[in-house]
Amino acid sequence: MFKRSVHDTRPIVRILVEGAPVEARAGDTVSAALLASGRDVRRLTAVSGAPRLPYCMMGVCFDCLVTIDGVGNRQGCLVPVADGMRIEIQKGKREIGR
Amino acid sequence: MSKDYDVAVIGGGLLGSAIAWGLGRLGQRTAVLDEGDVTKRASRANFALVWVQSKGLGMPAYTGWTVRGARSWANLATALRAQTGVDVALQQNGGFHLTLGEDEYGRRADLVTRMHNQTGAADYRMEMVSASEAGRVLPGLGPEVSGGSFCPLDGHVNSLRTYRALHAGLKAFGVDYLPERPVSGITREGGEFRLATPSGEVRAAKVVLAAGNANQTLAPMVGLSAPMGPTRGQIVVTERTEPFLPHPLSTLRQTDEGTVMIGDSKEDVLDDRSMRQGINAVMADRAQRTFPHLARLNVVRSWSGIRVMPRDGFPIYDQSDAHPGAFVACCHSGVTLAANHAFEIARMIAAGSLEPDLVGAFSAKRFEATERRAGSGYY
Amino acid sequence: MNNAPKRDAYDVAVIGAGPAGLAAAATAAKAGLTVLLLDENAGPGGQVWRAITSTPLADRTQLGQDFWSGEDLVRDLRESGAEVIHRATVWSLDAALEIGVSVGGGSAFVSARRVILATGALERPFPIPGWTLPGVMTAGAAQTLLKSSGLVPDEPTVIAGQGPLLWLLSAQILRLGGRIDRILDTTERKNILGALPHAPAFATSPYFRKGLALMREVRAKVKVVSGVTALEARGEGTLSSVTYRVGAREETLPASLLLLHQGVVPNVNLAMAAGVAHAWDEVQLAWLPVLGKDGATSVEGIAVAGDGAGIGGAEAAALRGRLAALAAIEALAPAALATLPSVAGVRAALVRAERGRPFLDLLFRPSRPFRIPADDTTVCRCEEITARDIREAVAIGATGPNQLKAYRRTGMGPCQGRLCGLTVTELMAEARGKTPQEIGYYRLRAPVKPIALAELAALPKSKADTEAVVRG
Repeated sequence: MFKRSVHDTRPIVRILVEGAPVEARAGDTVSAALLASGRDVRRLTAVSGAPRLPYCMMGVCFDCLVTIDGVGNRQGCLVPVADGMRIEIQKGKREIGR
Repeated sequence: MSKDYDVAVIGGGLLGSAIAWGLGRLGQRTAVLDEGDVTKRASRANFALVWVQSKGLGMPAYTGWTVRGARSWANLATALRAQTGVDVALQQNGGFHLTLGEDEYGRRADLVTRMHNQTGAADYRMEMVSASEAGRVLPGLGPEVSGGSFCPLDGHVNSLRTYRALHAGLKAFGVDYLPERPVSGITREGGEFRLATPSGEVRAAKVVLAAGNANQTLAPMVGLSAPMGPTRGQIVVTERTEPFLPHPLSTLRQTDEGTVMIGDSKEDVLDDRSMRQGINAVMADRAQRTFPHLARLNVVRSWSGIRVMPRDGFPIYDQSDAHPGAFVACCHSGVTLAANHAFEIARMIAAGSLEPDLVGAFSAKRFEATERRAGSGYY
Repeated sequence: MNNAPKRDAYDVAVIGAGPAGLAAAATAAKAGLTVLLLDENAGPGGQVWRAITSTPLADRTQLGQDFWSGEDLVRDLRESGAEVIHRATVWSLDAALEIGVSVGGGSAFVSARRVILATGALERPFPIPGWTLPGVMTAGAAQTLLKSSGLVPDEPTVIAGQGPLLWLLSAQILRLGGRIDRILDTTERKNILGALPHAPAFATSPYFRKGLALMREVRAKVKVVSGVTALEARGEGTLSSVTYRVGAREETLPASLLLLHQGVVPNVNLAMAAGVAHAWDEVQLAWLPVLGKDGATSVEGIAVAGDGAGIGGAEAAALRGRLAALAAIEALAPAALATLPSVAGVRAALVRAERGRPFLDLLFRPSRPFRIPADDTTVCRCEEITARDIREAVAIGATGPNQLKAYRRTGMGPCQGRLCGLTVTELMAEARGKTPQEIGYYRLRAPVKPIALAELAALPKSKADTEAVVRG
């Protein structure tokens, strides 16, 4: 859906998405890294299970909710990536204890 | 203009709506006069328990009335579903009041003993349970939980959906719901009541005051009294989470939608606009000590509401001697008692008089007697 | 709590580090006041200058001069001595000027003698059929991806809507070699007539020349369809096509990305939760805070500056931020005023900066069908409630947004009405034959953003707080 600019010289940051290695760039938010990854990163809503992707990218719509390092329902558009970060796509309601 | 309605119900909250629904069901030409979008509405601030345990200390009749209400709730849920297609998510598999630490456990045990002594061979069981007994049915309890009390009649419901179902049902029964019509005066002329509202007069043969704490002002207009003592409460609610809680607790419940409601405070300051975050902190702290796995869950909203509360905590159902056809109904537990209001109170009002056997104890005349010791109408 | 506020109390707290917040914080701190600037993003700039200190797009022609003009204010702020905390979520503000802020997973309360809200704007909801499908985003979202990560669309892309941002974003995407298949302009032709009386003022504003140049640049490379009156996003589980209508003609385009934009509106949640009075603005079709001089609100000590006070653009926002700060300085440290630019001068500059605004507001006023959707369209994205659900609730008695919550849970999800609130107000107003002002808005309360239960639990608790909850 999105491609990176050839002018982007920021350092690579390696994250894990559903256990698979993904290369992001320093300064990416989690949502940006996911959208740039080319992977299917659609979450499923807690109400009907409908698929969604980030909508606003500025912290207001909550359609970017994602599990980061084991903590569910984080706003991926507000969290910068970090080396070794573990991302899981959220399917439906948040699980208890995550 | 001739008589407009058989009955005018003042107040469109859960209590007024339930009575009006019941009247509509009995074929009474009924109007509901309600306020507008922003007003003190316990019906949208409540905790949604259908709760029996500990109700009625100081007034055994209230215990019986509550048990009756809990037992007939399923009939109301079934009728609403059949009529409107709305599932109100009634769950009545028993509820817990959990205690943290030994002091709280001791106080609760004392309360349970007093309840049993009062009701004698009560027709419901409320019993203390140990922490390990509670832990067997409530996975994830924290180490500070010392046990608590359990009552098999307790349950909960989706109260917002109940509200919608009642209002959809009102429409289906041909009841006129008239919002933005606060009643400023009631007079009785020529055998009918005339209700003054900003958009004109509404006339009815009977009038039911179901306006919550505002009943205190309305009741004297028709020769009744309704002494109220409202309190304020705060509630926080979390995001939706996978089901984890098989029974409702008195201050923590998981809704059928998945959110976790955490209550509640009891305060005398009646400003429902601002939030006291220190109180939310206490409630959040107790919730995570009860279920440590809730700690990382996000709180998404918080609100405060003003409880409808007769001065002694027990319901008021009364009829006017001076103005036959005028009734007053108000109570704290509009959710728990919804089925009673829809079936029993509506039947009595349609018939023209309250039945002393069922609700005689709830006459406001009790306030005329010497001041009683405060009871536990509210747990 | 990492990077927590250093003090319990400040002279001035500023919320938001966009143009208004940067200017307000820098001005107040330079006057010697203790200033705390709290911002939700990773760096300064807000949305308009998003990632200005970190963007990978170093070639200045790509993002354009207006973007880089923010550097001066960022430098001013750095030199000012204001305490700045990024990735800070302000979730509570009350009339006592107590601020609840979450940083790094911990929360604290700080107090201030003056609070300047510079929470900016968010994109107006654009409820069309299919707008919840994956692949449908706001134009602002695409611009954020572009500015902060250098990302541009590379699959079939349609941009739809109206307003200056649409053209700026399109130009930026094209400069970076991104893909745009078509632009669908929804500007109502009749708006031109209404806007015309304001055209002379607009023609003398800098927007005019820049706007024309951008439109020329974009039109040279992308097919633009004007007069679009209906839009629909279609697909099974993800966007696959966009259908649009011009007059009687309907056309469907394959697309995997649809970027929507019909202007921005004030982000009111924090101000409303603090009790700041708002009123419906019939030109901007949004709730604006009721303001006195220099951003003063109905709550003593709280000012609103920037687009949160009514949409005015970056330049006006910075000037409003400066004015709000000068008002705070006048109240708290009047002696410092002597060394600062005169209030009258800033006010005059603000008048100049706002000169083109009425023309833009009227020309790009979104049309009714794109604000008040048909029955099947989702209105509340969080609770997945359609326009039909809302109209049915009105039919059984819902009088306003707060009663609607009871009937339908609209606005009760995590976004707290930010994506449905305006639609709900206007839809209910139409259904009930009332004005939006009469219908009103959601009553908002803290927390205005989610906060972990443990974080809430760790806040200070008084004996009275405990006694209000614990009972036998």
